[in-house]
Amino acid sequence: MKLFNGKVLFLDRSDINTDEIIPAKYLTEISRDSLTPYLLEDLNLKEFNPVSDIKGKQVIVTRSNFGCGSSREHAPWALEVNGINLVVGESFARIFRQNMFNCGMMAVELPADTIEDLFTAFAGLETTAQTNFDAGTITFTAENQTKTVSFTISGFDSDLVTAGGWVAFADTNY
Amino acid sequence: MRKTIAQKIFDAHRVAKPDKDTHVVQLDAVFCHEITTPPAIVDLEQRGKDRVFDPSRIKVVIDHVSPAKDSKTALQGKILRTWARRHGISDFFDIGANGVCHALFPEKGFVRPGYTVIMGDSHTCTHGAFGAFAAGVGTTDLEVGILKGVCAFKSPETIRINITGSLPGGVFAKDVILSVIGRIGVDGATNKVIEFAGPVVDAMDMESRMTMCNMAIEAGGTCGICAPDRTTVDYLWPFIKKEFDSPEQALETYLRFTPDEDAVYDAIIEHDISNLEPMVTFGYKPDNVKPVSEMEGTPVDQIYIGSCTNGRISDLRAAAKVLAGNQISDSVRAIVSPATPSVYSQALEEGIIKIFMDAGFCVTNPTCGACLGMSSGVLADGEVCAATTNRNFNGRMGKGGMVHLMSPATAAATAIAGTIVNSPLYTE
Ligand code: SF4
Repeated sequence: MKLFNGKVLFLDRSDINTDEIIPAKYLTEISRDSLTPYLLEDLNLKEFNPVSDIKGKQVIVTRSNFGCGSSREHAPWALEVNGINLVVGESFARIFRQNMFNCGMMAVELPADTIEDLFTAFAGLETTAQTNFDAGTITFTAENQTKTVSFTISGFDSDLVTAGGWVAFADTNY
Repeated sequence: MRKTIAQKIFDAHRVAKPDKDTHVVQLDAVFCHEITTPPAIVDLEQRGKDRVFDPSRIKVVIDHVSPAKDSKTALQGKILRTWARRHGISDFFDIGANGVCHALFPEKGFVRPGYTVIMGDSHTCTHGAFGAFAAGVGTTDLEVGILKGVCAFKSPETIRINITGSLPGGVFAKDVILSVIGRIGVDGATNKVIEFAGPVVDAMDMESRMTMCNMAIEAGGTCGICAPDRTTVDYLWPFIKKEFDSPEQALETYLRFTPDEDAVYDAIIEHDISNLEPMVTFGYKPDNVKPVSEMEGTPVDQIYIGSCTNGRISDLRAAAKVLAGNQISDSVRAIVSPATPSVYSQALEEGIIKIFMDAGFCVTNPTCGACLGMSSGVLADGEVCAATTNRNFNGRMGKGGMVHLMSPATAAATAIAGTIVNSPLYTE
């Protein structure tokens, strides 16, 4: 099972699409590792610098409808090869969300006001997230403040995370 | 009773329910192209599971970059080609026989009412025009589909959109779907199936229905679906006549996949298009939609007519009607990509290709190419394209490029004017 802990990257915008996460021109790459330098290269967000801002981050916190657009699994892969296994947001595009769990990664949905609280409390600060998968909680810590939020994922999603993805799960069960 | 089309299809295909909201369904068809399938093939090989569940249910095409533009795209084609041969997949469409997947596969009769279809491509929702549940998926879902012939979906909650009124002249299915997306927003149907219904949809031909369903994903929809009817049967008849005694009998069988009158919907939206004007997008999201009349005079650099949304013969006919006897403006260049070889040859036969060429268009072979900014018409930084495609994301057709989505008639008129303008087919 993957780990869902680490430094947090805040992306304060809704509707971040898959072309922004990984532009189509890199879809000719066959290996996942070759996507590493291009994550969020075309993200349309003020003061965001893909080169310096992504480095060392393992968790993304964002707004609604993250991952809309194309079905490309290159989007979760580009996150994965950069060490990011967890995206927390208000909502996700269906295919992106499914791709995340299919890869044994997590796209966690939280209510809009909880997301707002996280942005208010932590955006701009060096923040760390610590996930307790069994308890269904994520603890955010920065300077001297801490906040723990609870999340639920379906039984099936949780099985995919534990199995390490859909291929392994389907192969055992169907 | 009380079931929507998608629920009925799920009932007929369910193999497991791993939790109360998840349905694992048997697949009738798995479609593959050269961008998202090779990583699945390589992963299956690495896992020692290089198998396919049923070669006759897997349909394969090279379409996104065709012919290959460099060594990397050549390798993608090679991996797909050798895999299809190795597994005896006979429905493989290589360079020459290939076309844009969501235009080619329906044309070959590969989709039937009640089918479940997946493809590693978000616009797979197009095939819902036939009363099928067709969904775009990622590579892992595709990989499991290839290996096991199943896919998992959440319960298919459905939004029904009744399109009412009557289509004004020069207003097309593309304008209707843009107006729907403008109304419900880019996530208006996330995790939901959209049933397109009502008198306007009933009166549409299959190509218009495909244009509608094609863009369901731009509102976040899992699938767009039109109930099968006589129009569906007539389109499919050449492919199904061995299975049925008569079109009436086929229709009776397929009516099983129409929604119950008391079907339970997540929402029912009445969308009256009696006063609809031709529409165009203005921003970087497909729900940034305005009437063309409010965007008139906006200069463009390139016109692109093609794609799985609007690269079919009826689209080329509409554009040619506007172009006939005219020249494109000196300030633009224009490209048309007939979506499939048969669209291309039909257009040749009807003199449509000549009209495009005489007007100053570049005619390319069938390919996605420019639509996703990979080849055959990529934009330079700061350039603007009037396109009949489905996605106007920032950089979609080339880094720093801007895309305005519109119908083929509007695109043709814009090519002549050099700026966005209503076509003369639109008479208010
Ligand atoms: S034409 Fe464009 S939208 Fe359609 S399948 Fe090809 S790349 Fe995708």
